Amino acid sequence: MKIDDKTITCIACPNGCEITVSFDENGNISNISGNKCKNGIAYAQSEVTAPTRILTSSVLVENGDFPLVSVKTASPIPKELMREAVKQLAKCVVKAPVHVGDVVCGNILNTGVDVVSTANVGTK
Amino acid sequence: MENTITQQYIDKDLVIIGGGPAGLAAAAAAKENGIDDIVILERDKYAGGVLRQCIHDGFGLKIFGERLTGPEYAARYEEKIRELNIELKLNSFVLNVTPDKIVQALSPEGMLFYRAKAVILAMGCRERTRASIMLPGTRPAGVYTAGLVQRLINIDGYVPGKEAVILGSGDIGLIMARRLTLEGVNVKAVYELMSYSSGLKRNIVQCLDDYNIPLYLNHTVIEIHGRNRIEGVTVAKVDEKKQPIPGTEEFVKCDLLVLSVGLIPENELSKSAGAALNKVTGGLFVDDNMSTNKEGIFACGNVVHVHDLVDYVTLESVNAGKCAAEYIKNGSANGDIINVVPENGVRYVVPNTVHRDSQKDSVNFMFRTGNVYRDAKIAVYDGDRLIKSIKKKILTPGEMETVKLTADEIKSVKGEIHIGVEA
Ligand SMILES: Cc1cc2nc3c(=O)[nH]c(=O)nc-3n(C[C@H](O)[C@H](O)[C@H](O)COP(=O)(O)OP(=O)(O)OC[C@H]3O[C@@H](n4cnc5c(N)ncnc54)[C@H](O)[C@@H]3O)c2cc1C
Ligand code: SF4
Repeated sequence: MKIDDKTITCIACPNGCEITVSFDENGNISNISGNKCKNGIAYAQSEVTAPTRILTSSVLVENGDFPLVSVKTASPIPKELMREAVKQLAKCVVKAPVHVGDVVCGNILNTGVDVVSTANVGTK
Repeated sequence: MENTITQQYIDKDLVIIGGGPAGLAAAAAAKENGIDDIVILERDKYAGGVLRQCIHDGFGLKIFGERLTGPEYAARYEEKIRELNIELKLNSFVLNVTPDKIVQALSPEGMLFYRAKAVILAMGCRERTRASIMLPGTRPAGVYTAGLVQRLINIDGYVPGKEAVILGSGDIGLIMARRLTLEGVNVKAVYELMSYSSGLKRNIVQCLDDYNIPLYLNHTVIEIHGRNRIEGVTVAKVDEKKQPIPGTEEFVKCDLLVLSVGLIPENELSKSAGAALNKVTGGLFVDDNMSTNKEGIFACGNVVHVHDLVDYVTLESVNAGKCAAEYIKNGSANGDIINVVPENGVRYVVPNTVHRDSQKDSVNFMFRTGNVYRDAKIAVYDGDRLIKSIKKKILTPGEMETVKLTADEIKSVKGEIHIGVEA
């Protein structure tokens, strides 16, 4: 059975292009259009097969000059794992000082993706 | 101002008010253009301004070619300020700026008076509150602006409710809808008075659609319920005149109402400095050098007009820093001045004037429309003569637009530059 075209909004940059993805009889992608740049193609492919997102959150800091440090997944993780990952991070505590890029939680939920710090936090 | 102690002035080439992305980028640019004697005054205990609480990603694509989070973007500029050895004074609240560039600040060392050759205003903006949109009902706890909720959750680590309703679909509201959801709060819906969202499309997708949070356009909160703590709100659909339609009222239970109803430039100090403001936006009037109408007082960032993207704040602020350096070294830019006038659906344009003999290769004109337009053109005129016309699939008030005019195009203008929307 032929799948209908899917229209999605690319979130890879603020342009927010509307991208149309068409499929052939076997359900494979036959055409991608509407993207202003090649990043849109990669985004559209992943969005119609296995959508992923960067997760940003924050984690408790022990002995820091701020109570929290902001963090992100170093690369996108499966969209359906977002809530679970936040729960996991809620259990995590790091010791000050923390630097941008420090791994705060390695291989979160076995995705192979590290959660890294996005801010500098000094000691109290 | 009454003052019993004799004032000790600290002389500075350049005093920058605000250590957000605008102030930091302007300082770095001034230093790189030969000015050494600079101080940045920041009231908070950290630099980076609002970026520090914007922990989501989507910053820096234009400047760094990478998708950074707000704190990462801020950290890069803080690093730059350190490397360039620029003085950054934290916990220093500027109370007054005079037209002759005396800057008064309350700092941990007490009251300081700076006497500056040039000043850059970079105070950013503040959020519109419940009072500024005149929300009726009781005054219980649990009604917050979106930026405050963002700061509470992301910086202080405190989640202020369990069931939330969001009023207004600006970017901060959308981003907080996702953040609250991920923090375990039940976000019931986002209500928007207008027939369109003022937020970026990508934020509607990744913050609302991803989490099945409904967005109701043409809706508003007409009453807040609860004595001490908010217990719920009454929402209703509105007609074209934005009046609630009888019979569409609905009670929604919640213990948190988040207001994302817009930002206004923070211009109390600009007024004391005597700088002229734009009545439409509350932002400062500036020329192509980011100079206000007061000689030697420059401005950049959200204090001039509210930006969606920090990258444009940085670009504008680099220009301000360069031009302030030029002013300190060589005095005011002279020469013929051309007015820039918004018309036909364009609400405002920055800059408001340009020098005919601008030393730049080109000047970017930034503006927003007052309404949504599809398949329209942005037209730039000099009197009846069309200078430029650009096709646009969509123009919305939520997204800032830019047109670039080259030095030659500007030189050729005989009257004023008019920028408007055409079918
Ligand atoms: C919620 C939210 C989400 C955003 N999302 C994005 C995004 O995804 N991508 C993107 O590129 N951009 C985003 N932006 C936009 C970007 O963050 C802003 O445009 C930018 O931070 C504005 O910089 P600024 O320096 O003008 O103002 P601010 O960052 O507000 O800095 C102003 C500074 O001045 C200080 N100040 C004010 N008054 C005084 C005084 N009297 N004395 C001393 N100091 C003073 C303040 O404390 C503050 O530090 C977002 C903004 C918000 C609020
Ligand atoms: S397709 Fe390219 S230009 Fe369009 S939104 Fe995606 S990344 Fe941006």
